[in-house]
Amino acid sequence: MTFTPLSAALFSLLAMVSLILVFVMLGSRWLNNYLYAFTAQCWVIAALSAAVGYYGGYPELYLVALFTALFRGLLLPYLIFRIIRRMAVDRELHEIIRPSSALVIGAALVVLALVVSRQVGLSLGQPGDVVILALTVMLSTKLIGFLMLAVRHEAISQILGLLVLENGIFLGSQILVPGMPLLLELVILFDLLIAVVCFSVLVNYLISHAGSTSSLRLRRLRG
Amino acid sequence: MTAVAVYLLVVLPPLATVVVSLSPVRASVATWCNLAAAVIALVASAVLTGLTISLGPTVAWGGYLLLDPLGAWTVLCVSIVYLLSSLYAIQYMARETAPARLPRFYALFAGFALTMFLAPTMNNPGLYWIAIELTTLVSTFLVGFGETRESTEAAWKYIIIVSAGITLALMGTLLMYWAGTFVLGDRYDMTWASLTQAAAKGDDVVVELAFLLILVGYGTKVGLAPMHTWLPDAHSQGPTPVSAMLSGALLNTAIVGIVRSLPVVEAVGRSGVGHGAMILLGIASLAVAALLIVRQTDTKRLMAYSSVEHMGVITLAFGFGGPLGVAAALYHMVGHSLNKSLMFFGAGNAAIVHGTKHMDDIREVLRCSPVSGGLWLAGAVAITGAPPFALFLSEFTTVRAGLASGWWPAAVAMLVLLLVIFVGFLNHFRSMYFEPRERVVVARSLGLLCLAPMWMALVPLLVLGVWWPASLQHVFDAVAAGLLGAGGATP
Repeated sequence: MTFTPLSAALFSLLAMVSLILVFVMLGSRWLNNYLYAFTAQCWVIAALSAAVGYYGGYPELYLVALFTALFRGLLLPYLIFRIIRRMAVDRELHEIIRPSSALVIGAALVVLALVVSRQVGLSLGQPGDVVILALTVMLSTKLIGFLMLAVRHEAISQILGLLVLENGIFLGSQILVPGMPLLLELVILFDLLIAVVCFSVLVNYLISHAGSTSSLRLRRLRG
Repeated sequence: MTAVAVYLLVVLPPLATVVVSLSPVRASVATWCNLAAAVIALVASAVLTGLTISLGPTVAWGGYLLLDPLGAWTVLCVSIVYLLSSLYAIQYMARETAPARLPRFYALFAGFALTMFLAPTMNNPGLYWIAIELTTLVSTFLVGFGETRESTEAAWKYIIIVSAGITLALMGTLLMYWAGTFVLGDRYDMTWASLTQAAAKGDDVVVELAFLLILVGYGTKVGLAPMHTWLPDAHSQGPTPVSAMLSGALLNTAIVGIVRSLPVVEAVGRSGVGHGAMILLGIASLAVAALLIVRQTDTKRLMAYSSVEHMGVITLAFGFGGPLGVAAALYHMVGHSLNKSLMFFGAGNAAIVHGTKHMDDIREVLRCSPVSGGLWLAGAVAITGAPPFALFLSEFTTVRAGLASGWWPAAVAMLVLLLVIFVGFLNHFRSMYFEPRERVVVARSLGLLCLAPMWMALVPLLVLGVWWPASLQHVFDAVAAGLLGAGGATP
């Protein structure tokens, strides 16, 4: 795909907004805010799909954008909102590290992602700034997603952490491989939906059998 | 097209079982339907493996289905475990669960088998990823089926760790596809073959990064250390037939993704990195297993760590590569499938007879249950790699492959670690079998269906331990030719 200055600027803007939203999630301790930021990120990705479809000439991406907006942007947040309502907690109670420290670590992870992406870029010979940026956002979303999974304990935070991991991949793939088979993108969307339904059932199990939705309390099995 | 027809005979019976079990039927209907599906699937997958050799690999269903010797062999291993565990489940689950919940169990059980039959035959790496993700989603509910505090904890850890891990494999797959776009243009079919073909002229850094991500991603699902942390919990908390399926069948299907990605990194000229990383993870798994097997207190957790060990051996064998390494890995797959089923059934029987999974409370096994105990002990000797059982032959061949490919330090390390595991593993059995009993337990009797699957696993293990059939060697040669031919240069 070739980039015009306008399309490059638009893609970069959307990728950066998405990265900033990841930091919003990293910095918030209220589950609701976390969910809103996630929803916003899904809409940004839908916009990115549509933009890539328009400027790159991939009409099938309009369909992907539509499904992303519907499934990721509406249905998933609704399902997760229902899970939050069922639970007794509305924020992270036991933080391993404070949100402010998490933000600093997140920034360091972005730098790491940038170094790796530059290295890949050097090997490819100047692929253009948008490609480097997309790769950086993809890798750093991934790293920060893992950071959130590691330092947060509420079941909802872990589900959202997983979905953020997937969002990072999805965002990167829109810019790097817009020609990816349509079937695959749709199946992945569908798979996410099933996964969230499974999570929601498991959260019920956690509430009724483990008596808590915090993984800090899940420590019977070890060694 | 005959291969496709036979493949349908593998996947349709479990699908039918899911449908039947979800409709309001009696428990016995679901039970026998599941058993019939397992029998048909085993026969069909054996025929399928033969067909992929005689007819060569078949691509069908618009290029999404690939029936090649590697896929068929993995499907065969899955169907062996599926049949053994379905047999074992009949009495075991009737004893453990209320009849009303049994149809749900069999729906999940057959669905789990179905996803494992699908995954190894996916020609599109993305769809393979989806199939692996589906195996996780279905089996989570089997792990949590006991609905106790522990099994819920295990299910939650399983789904979170494995789902997070395999997103790395998805990213790796997309990066591999991206590397190909510089050669084949923006749009091309995503298949294992096209990725390999594109990589021959592609960028080595991207492909290398992609392969490492795939290795860590699917490695999580395979249970390679240090990504193995979910495995002992999930394998020990599920009902025993499920433990056998997770351990003997599921792990093999996940390793297929790594093995199919290996030719891509070979094609790009970085086979040293690919093989080296696999060998490193293999040795790490053996080391972790060796350290943790020694201090286990629970029979099923002991078996779970033994799975980490054997997945390490299979990864090492594929990492050593060459026809010898591939043959050793595939032989080890089927040996481990049989042997680990046997071990979990033995652990399940011991739990029935002695009323506990805690090894300190299991004593004088041979006196309490002579047949089951004897088979379990033979299985324990077999699984530690002692002759004359199948795993001895495959581990021996793995070491030969290591020496032949020049990775001799890894081969030596493997031997040392296997020795430690041998001592540590059998020491648990020594105390369970030959230490005097401190408290009196009322031993409960076992039904015939709790013993038959153990015989059905042990006899082939013994046969395969003294006789390496030429027909199997044809399969291994065909798999090796497919893998090494595709990648071009061998290390």
